Amino acid sequence: MLYRMINPPEISWIAILPVLLLSATAMLTMVADLWTDGPDREGLGWIGLVGLMATAIAAVALWNTKLTSFAGAVVVDRYGLFFTLLFCVAAGLTLLMSMSYLEQTDIRTGDYYSLILFSTVGMVVMATAADLIVVFLGLEVMSIAAYALAGIWRSQVRSNEAALKYFLLGAFATGFLLFGIALLYGVAGTTTLTGIAQTASGATAEQRTLLIAGMALMIVGFGFKVAAVPFHAWAPDVYEGAPTSVTALMAVGVKSAAFAAFARIFMHTLAVMSPDWSAVLWVLAVLTMTVGNVTALLQRNIKRMLAYSSIAHAGYLLVGMVAGGELGGSAILFYLLAYTLMTLGAFSVVIALGRRGQPNENLEDYAGAGFRSPFLGMAMSIFMLSLAGIPPFGGFVGKFYIFSAAVKSGYIGLTVIGVMNSLISVYYYVGVLVRMYMTDGGVEITQPSSRPYLFATLVVAVAGTIALGLFPSTLFEVARQSFLALG
Amino acid sequence: MMEQYLSVLVTFCLAAGLVGTMVGAGRLLGPRSDNPVKGESFECGNPSSGSAWGRFSVKFYMTAILFIVFDIEVVFLYPWAVIFRRLGWFGLSEMAVFIFILGLGLLYVWRKGALEWD
Repeated sequence: MLYRMINPPEISWIAILPVLLLSATAMLTMVADLWTDGPDREGLGWIGLVGLMATAIAAVALWNTKLTSFAGAVVVDRYGLFFTLLFCVAAGLTLLMSMSYLEQTDIRTGDYYSLILFSTVGMVVMATAADLIVVFLGLEVMSIAAYALAGIWRSQVRSNEAALKYFLLGAFATGFLLFGIALLYGVAGTTTLTGIAQTASGATAEQRTLLIAGMALMIVGFGFKVAAVPFHAWAPDVYEGAPTSVTALMAVGVKSAAFAAFARIFMHTLAVMSPDWSAVLWVLAVLTMTVGNVTALLQRNIKRMLAYSSIAHAGYLLVGMVAGGELGGSAILFYLLAYTLMTLGAFSVVIALGRRGQPNENLEDYAGAGFRSPFLGMAMSIFMLSLAGIPPFGGFVGKFYIFSAAVKSGYIGLTVIGVMNSLISVYYYVGVLVRMYMTDGGVEITQPSSRPYLFATLVVAVAGTIALGLFPSTLFEVARQSFLALG
Repeated sequence: MMEQYLSVLVTFCLAAGLVGTMVGAGRLLGPRSDNPVKGESFECGNPSSGSAWGRFSVKFYMTAILFIVFDIEVVFLYPWAVIFRRLGWFGLSEMAVFIFILGLGLLYVWRKGALEWD
């Protein structure tokens, strides 16, 4: 042969099957939209749901394997698959609630559905990345779709504002992450996580200095995406302005994906550097919990309140990262699962209370809602009590695991601050219930049972939140195995 | 390990020094005549008219973005074409997938009417 052939990198197609299925679904939705007429495009949502189901099945089928692909840039282990399944649940519930929600908005484009799926593709890539460049690629795929989604209600000025704010600040924060990646590459001479882990374990004093600088920049980048104080300033405005279903996806999906990569890089790759980063994250955790919870007390708009609540929850998750180890890592995974279900549920209730041209997002609008729609009242009570960390719901068990991991690692002070914060949060979460059941007035409510998709979302979220609270040990074992798969 | 970055530092210093010298020498030695006409923005030599903050049709941006997308496609195609034979069937199929996905994008902008000027 005249030419020396170039050998392709080893590619395991099986390993990237979930991503392939999800990407194909997203593209199919995008193309199907071109031949869909009329204002109702629920069919596109159904395509998305089927695709997510197929992705989830593929992820379950791969559960007992550990495959790498693309010369080690992508690793499909239980850790990545756990998050893949989590994103399938989050995106699936978001699609379901959207199929009801879009009727009460002016969003009449089918791009909405494909953008949600593309964003989910980015999340899955982030969770299965074993190379910093792939982490970055996933982050961008996820974020760019999220920027567009935040502004997709084009006739609403608030939605435009949210998109622009999110985009400008997000691009800025991504820069920090890239600088951090560049420094880590400068030290290790490679962007693969295994290579960086090897360099970190035998680092000289000079290399340590550069590693610490790189880690600091990466903490800024990830801190922005998970909305940790002091990088949280964008969150309330963006969460309030974006369409409610998009807010829900941002609060659970984007945050979980950022934590997936954050925890993989810091708790595994850079685990030997934990004395250096855990002190920083300790401060971030305390600030995030306290600022989130105290500011949430003052909010009058439920979406802003949930935004600050989601900031506070990022703080609890950071406590898990500080605690570290098998227990801390498994607790984070379990907590994210519980957090996803209860937060998506709470946003579905916000959607259920709104009507066309009348979003009803102020806390006063919740007056008497518990009697006007007993089902909504019951659902909201479960989500709020779970978010506040009251047994027997999933949120309580999650917090219990996180704080017991912190105690076992000797962070007594951090645990005390966390528990006190949890007590503060009870005030504003239960405040919603007080309005729903003990005050008069409020707005007229469309019964959720007349909106099948929204009703289904609420039922799944309620069932999940209760199940996680009643049978935590099975799922905690799954979370533990997933975390241990990091090796 | 820091030594290998020394040359980068030297380059930085040289670049900063060179630029500083040139700009500084220009300021010190060059004749200066400030007048309002010089402060105006340059518009192809014509006297400038109107405000730069006017509204432009989104069509221009649409065309520019589409141009960039296919421009980048060519950026990928050229190096691929150079080593096309050495990549074998793998290279051909990979590029086919790439072009197919890009084709879906073209289909999308076409059906959405982004290619229509009016």
